[in-house]
Amino acid sequence: MQNQPDRSGPPSIPALLARNAATWGQRPAYREKEFGIWQSWTWAQAAEEIRALALGFLHMGLAPGDHVAIIGRNRPAHYWSMVAAQMCGAVPVPLYQDAVVEEMAYVLGHCGARFVVCGDQEQVDKVLEVGAGAPKIEQIIYTDKRGMRKYDHSAMNALADVQAEGRAAHQRHEEELDRRIAALGYDDTCVMLYTSGTTGKPKGVVLSNRNIIETARNTCAFDRLTEAEEVLAYLPMAWVGDFIFSVGQAYWAGFTVNCPESAQTMMTDLREIGPTYFFAPPRVFEGQLTSVMIRMEDAGRIKRGLFHHAMNLARRIGPDLLDGKPVGLLDRLRYALGDLLVYGPLKNTLGYSRIRVGYTAGEAIGPEIFDFYRSLGINLKQLYGQTEASVFITQQPDGQVRSDTVGVPSPGVELKIADSGEVFYRSPGTFVEYFNNAESTASTKDAEGWVATGDAGFFEEGSGHLRIIDRAKDVGRMADGRMFAPKYVENKLKFYPNILEAVVFGAGRGMCTAFINIDLTAVGNWAERNNIAYASYQELAGHPQVYAAIREHVEAVNESVAADPMLSGCQIHRFLVLHKELDPDDGEMTRTRKVRRNIIAEKYADLIAALYDGSEQVSTRTEVTYEDGRKGEIRATLRIEDARTFPTAEPQRVAAE
Amino acid sequence: MTHDPTPDARHIGPVLMDLKNITLRFGGVTAIKDISFDIREGEIRAIIGPNGAGKSSMLNVISGFYVPQEGEIWFEGKRRPAMKPYEVARLGLARTFQNIALFDGMSVLDNIMTGRLNKMNAPLWSQALWWGRAEREEVENRAQVEKIIDFLEIQNIRKTPVGRLPYGLKKRVELARALAAEPRILLLDEPMAGMNVEEKEDMCRFILDVNDEFGTTIALIEHDMGVVMDLSDRVVVMDYGKKIGDGTPDEVRNNPEVISAYLGVEHA
Repeated sequence: MQNQPDRSGPPSIPALLARNAATWGQRPAYREKEFGIWQSWTWAQAAEEIRALALGFLHMGLAPGDHVAIIGRNRPAHYWSMVAAQMCGAVPVPLYQDAVVEEMAYVLGHCGARFVVCGDQEQVDKVLEVGAGAPKIEQIIYTDKRGMRKYDHSAMNALADVQAEGRAAHQRHEEELDRRIAALGYDDTCVMLYTSGTTGKPKGVVLSNRNIIETARNTCAFDRLTEAEEVLAYLPMAWVGDFIFSVGQAYWAGFTVNCPESAQTMMTDLREIGPTYFFAPPRVFEGQLTSVMIRMEDAGRIKRGLFHHAMNLARRIGPDLLDGKPVGLLDRLRYALGDLLVYGPLKNTLGYSRIRVGYTAGEAIGPEIFDFYRSLGINLKQLYGQTEASVFITQQPDGQVRSDTVGVPSPGVELKIADSGEVFYRSPGTFVEYFNNAESTASTKDAEGWVATGDAGFFEEGSGHLRIIDRAKDVGRMADGRMFAPKYVENKLKFYPNILEAVVFGAGRGMCTAFINIDLTAVGNWAERNNIAYASYQELAGHPQVYAAIREHVEAVNESVAADPMLSGCQIHRFLVLHKELDPDDGEMTRTRKVRRNIIAEKYADLIAALYDGSEQVSTRTEVTYEDGRKGEIRATLRIEDARTFPTAEPQRVAAE
Repeated sequence: MTHDPTPDARHIGPVLMDLKNITLRFGGVTAIKDISFDIREGEIRAIIGPNGAGKSSMLNVISGFYVPQEGEIWFEGKRRPAMKPYEVARLGLARTFQNIALFDGMSVLDNIMTGRLNKMNAPLWSQALWWGRAEREEVENRAQVEKIIDFLEIQNIRKTPVGRLPYGLKKRVELARALAAEPRILLLDEPMAGMNVEEKEDMCRFILDVNDEFGTTIALIEHDMGVVMDLSDRVVVMDYGKKIGDGTPDEVRNNPEVISAYLGVEHA
């Protein structure tokens, strides 16, 4: 492979930065809300800041091929650190800022970072605590100065000071920096991102400039993204999606990246910015919908009536309007009135007034939730992707959006389905390798460049859209050989606002059973309105009326599962409501909030045993980890309930003579 | 690369406030009996003691709210005459209260802005017309307040009415308002009272950071001994209106009189 773009174009992110500074010098590149005001940097200013930082890094001795770890929330300075590292020929490695010390130690040690950029004192403390776990760390650079005065600064600097030194030393290092920028090739490493590690240790996915830039180019064209887009950068910087949206696509299309003031102000900042291009995992949309619905329940009768009336109209014709299908004139007029009175103000409150393209991915999204946003006229679509593909594998084109598919292959992506049902892809975004792990690379990517997604799925006849059933390794067989697809059932359960998480068991067993996590916001509000007093999460979770409500949901899911002859065996016979929320701090979920099945099965073995031995209740002790790392213990007696199951529907016969 | 634990790394300056032989009586009750101690520039000075020891009275003497019958208060080398509270505030003293004293109906931002009233000197007509000096001052003061909001991490409740906030956050807003006055000495009356462990940890960090970042001298009263011993540079111990100990946390901890005041005396 030649080390240059196929078409003439900038071969690296720093080269794109130079292009953007020349083309859109006066347009905003970054905004960050600080001290209550949106501060902004144009592309020209950002280029100057990044260059100063790169000169500073060079002055401190950053060498080509070094790794620079970046740990912090979404801030312009942290994005700049990544590009500045690239300028020096080094590889940026963003880390999850909420990772605990042990997790951080593994990644820092594995990538062998020499420089670490930390957001604040909290992150610096964690890196110092790692200490001998990552012996190659030489320099710590921090963004926020507060609380840092008393630290030993012999190998520690504030980011602003590094920039100042870089500016002062520009004459000495400028030539070397330009030489290094010019040396960056299309197949050189752009970034290294660690997978969240649903199973085993995280792996460092190496993505080249080619991966990132080609993916950005293709997908910007797919959705016609321009320099006028506004995005809100609020998802973890360590996640590949943030890198693609806030760096890859932002640099390719030249649009503005907005950083919120703090994690808690995200919703307010979203409203103030009103992004035109927005990505959120389903749980964000779910959370917003739940809060809207709860507030509407609390509203006066006239307002509530108006809202429900308008929403019924929107559900009927909104999606059609969005897809450009024919809609009667009278309905159009009524929708316009609804827009004036309900949809417009509601979208404004949610921060979606200007949205042109919205994506969701990562988990299945409930059809009602999906339809709710689309009926308001928000062009919410689904995509399917993973870190190893530089995100994009499939996405939904405008006008072909449905809640149960993940769309057609993204431009440049080839797909095939193996006999086992597993989905394979090959694309320009396909990762280079797992860092220092040739074995895993070889087992994931074959010689021809096909990568196993680990998901089982099929192409829908007619539309050609891909449908994902479950993780391929989770799809199993029950004792009698019927198909077991836990995720499929869990997603159906999670579509109920009362249920936050569900874990279904049944592989190799005679029947399926489930753990349920209630959603404290939704169930708590329901309890309040029904005068049910409770003192703790645990008490609410165990309340008989909560159990009754959950049982209704489980039975409704059973009924819908029974309609599918292939998966009918996955009906839930017995369930319990867990006494604590599944939490990444306890290792029960990944940082991206995906359930870790085997860890849960191990930790709650006593509960699973009780689900299958027919007992009515079970006492258990559970170890929990607090946010500061200390451990505690919860004791509880949980009730187990049976749920009604339904006979398998007859396979539908095609009407034929 | 290790965290330097010695407080000496911080600059502790000369004596800022000197209290000499203070005696305070309410009618027949003597709340404070002949107490002398000083507060140095840049230090965290704690006043501790069992219930009814006279700690709050002492703080009120420092803040100028109570005028002692005997004794002298020296501030920056000058003897401080009896003053009205606003005069004391101008001198550079700000405080928080044991039972929160915020304006419940006003937003967090407006509450903190009241801490800047001292810095607003625009004439009445300018303030009424919102023109000229008043506008400039408002912008400057708002910028200062925003720095404090950022420092105390309360951006997300900036526009929330104080009455709707939980207790721990109200305490933080009180600290913010006191800081807004850019005090020379910050007086904290039981900043951790009624807080849970997490809120206490946060508050400790903020107190240390304020001291570290702005170099503000802090005098505080606190019941939680663990907190006091961790935070302060020097501690005054009071019991029944008398001073029974004064020194570093270690010295105080080993002082037999202090131990007996807290644990009771053994009557053999």
